[in-house]
Amino acid sequence: MIEIKNLKAKIDGKEILQGINLQVNAGEVHAIMGPNGSGKSTLANVLTGHNSYEPSGGEVTFKGKDLLDLAPEDRAREGLFLGFQYPVEIPGVSNATFLQTAINEIRKYNDETEITPKEFLDRMKEKAKVVGMDNSLISRSVNTGFSGGEKKKNEIFQLLMLNPTLAILDETDSGLDIDALRIVSDGVNEFKNENNAVILVTHYQRLLDYIVPDFIHVLYEGKIIKSGGKELALELEEKGYGWITKGEN
Amino acid sequence: MNAEAKKMDAIERYTVNAEKIIAGNQNQSLSQLQNDSKASLSSMKFPTLKTEEWKYTNLKSLLNSEFSHSSQLNDVKITSDDVDKFKFKNFENYLLVFVNGVFKKELSDFEEIKKEIIISTISEAMVEREDIVSEYLSKIAVDKTAFDYLNLSSFIDGFFLQIPDNKILEKPIQMLNITGNKGHMTYTPTRNLIIAGKNSEASIIQNYVGIEGEQYFNTISSEVFIDQNALLNIYKVELENEDSCHIDKTDVLQRRDSKFNHFNFTFGGKLVRNDINTELSDENIECTLNGLYIGNDNQHIDNSTFINHAKPHCLSNELYKGILDDHSRGVFNGKILVERDAQLTNAYQNNNTILLSDDATIDTKPQLEIFADDVKCTHGATVGQLDESAMFYILSRGIPREKAKSMLITAFAESVVEGVKIEPLRDELNNLIFEHLNRDKVL
Repeated sequence: MIEIKNLKAKIDGKEILQGINLQVNAGEVHAIMGPNGSGKSTLANVLTGHNSYEPSGGEVTFKGKDLLDLAPEDRAREGLFLGFQYPVEIPGVSNATFLQTAINEIRKYNDETEITPKEFLDRMKEKAKVVGMDNSLISRSVNTGFSGGEKKKNEIFQLLMLNPTLAILDETDSGLDIDALRIVSDGVNEFKNENNAVILVTHYQRLLDYIVPDFIHVLYEGKIIKSGGKELALELEEKGYGWITKGEN
Repeated sequence: MNAEAKKMDAIERYTVNAEKIIAGNQNQSLSQLQNDSKASLSSMKFPTLKTEEWKYTNLKSLLNSEFSHSSQLNDVKITSDDVDKFKFKNFENYLLVFVNGVFKKELSDFEEIKKEIIISTISEAMVEREDIVSEYLSKIAVDKTAFDYLNLSSFIDGFFLQIPDNKILEKPIQMLNITGNKGHMTYTPTRNLIIAGKNSEASIIQNYVGIEGEQYFNTISSEVFIDQNALLNIYKVELENEDSCHIDKTDVLQRRDSKFNHFNFTFGGKLVRNDINTELSDENIECTLNGLYIGNDNQHIDNSTFINHAKPHCLSNELYKGILDDHSRGVFNGKILVERDAQLTNAYQNNNTILLSDDATIDTKPQLEIFADDVKCTHGATVGQLDESAMFYILSRGIPREKAKSMLITAFAESVVEGVKIEPLRDELNNLIFEHLNRDKVL
């Protein structure tokens, strides 16, 4: 689904990603872990096209297309989704307006007909239930006045509404209490099927108790320095990153 | 004769015109007042770029233009169809229509409250309610400039509104001001005296629109007295023609325990100046001055506010926001004075402007003068572009850049618009923002 080859990227002229190689296939969940400042969020932002990050080498193929060549809105329309670490408040724009606009823009790009208001409303109600948000959410402004936990739930709600092919979740678990973490994880598990894929960017092994990854990659100083199965998480939990990163310094 | 006329400066021209107006005036006390004002006008000068309070607003072209007094050309016909086209109609209101500053009862619709509140012209009120008019007319206005005397010396009839003590108005009053002339360049002095009685509650929408035709100059003066424990909301929506000038001064005097909320929405006009002065003359007064200015083309929009905290325990909140596109220019001048007596004052002021084009500019000048020692006062000003990280968030959902921009504009304006308590008016305002910026609204 997505193939990342030797990806390098800079922010403010400083090279943060120093050659990332990663392949994610349909039906897989990958977790990217690593200490602060290792480049995890940079990777998420470069893949989704944030203009503060400048790709400086390598290539990314998403569903057969050169991803880095696409504008951020077109990446979304091709089926890429980023769950933000810090979701943005948009006062005065309701969740309904926001998501209906997004869904119809994505459909238009893919030569599909617009969603009917009824279909949309039913879908909103159904997906709101999954993340434990009540129907008043529909008319509320995007993230406005939401608590940190509500904002993260709303990211998962948007994920379920937009139903992309590849979801990159950037520290969606950080700052959540255990109840919120469960709800967010349930949402991701609900989303997950054999035709789509998830990349979880996280600090904490805790998330992986709820969303079981197929692969775990350790990112350090802009490179993936170790990959393994889900058992790697336990090892990291026990021993920290030191045993892997030692040889790298 | 022509050469002679050319030599007259603006003061002379407006003084000569005032003479003609006064000559046709039947009302003794009004004539007296206008004569005095004319004398004051003739001894004054209009502000220039050297006048501190006007240093960002060039009046040269306005003052060099020769306008006729709109009342001297009796050729403007406004029908109720025209009124229908201009008025806000998606919510219930008591409608008062003014054509070139003159109150038109036949076009208005206020039968329902005719007996409950006092609606008349200032000239009528000078006879029927002499005591109250003489107490407040031209007395609330502070720091009078030549524009004040121009207005005072040559307004026609004027408008007087009194909300009696304890009266709570169910619906808002819409003051629809239609100004301009098809074939002549005209000026119109518009004058209002508004009295909100003790414990009264009312909302007023001041709606300014233009007649298609020549450019005009609307010079407005509103004096507002808010008595003890009264609540008054004023929503001003300025939609003058794009080639016209709008110089508005609103002076407000508040008494103990009263609340005043002023919302100032500026869309139209080539040159716009809004002065709002509020005097918090007693304890426990609340005053909110909020504004939103949307500029395009070569518009010049100058908002100048002054809040005088004269007594303790008062609260003032001020939020002015602007979105400026093309070559438009904004000015914000916000002065707050906290007098020595005014302990435990809370005063908050903010001015935020977004520049949508490289050629748009804003001059912002917050001024706090504090002479009391136990007060909480803050002020801040920001100027910037639309927030890029918020933009990325919206783009990342597949929404195109132009729609994302519109969403961010909505989000920016929301903190002012949300304070409008009439929901259908909020919808109208959101529409006007996008209409004025030539953008598609978000859904």
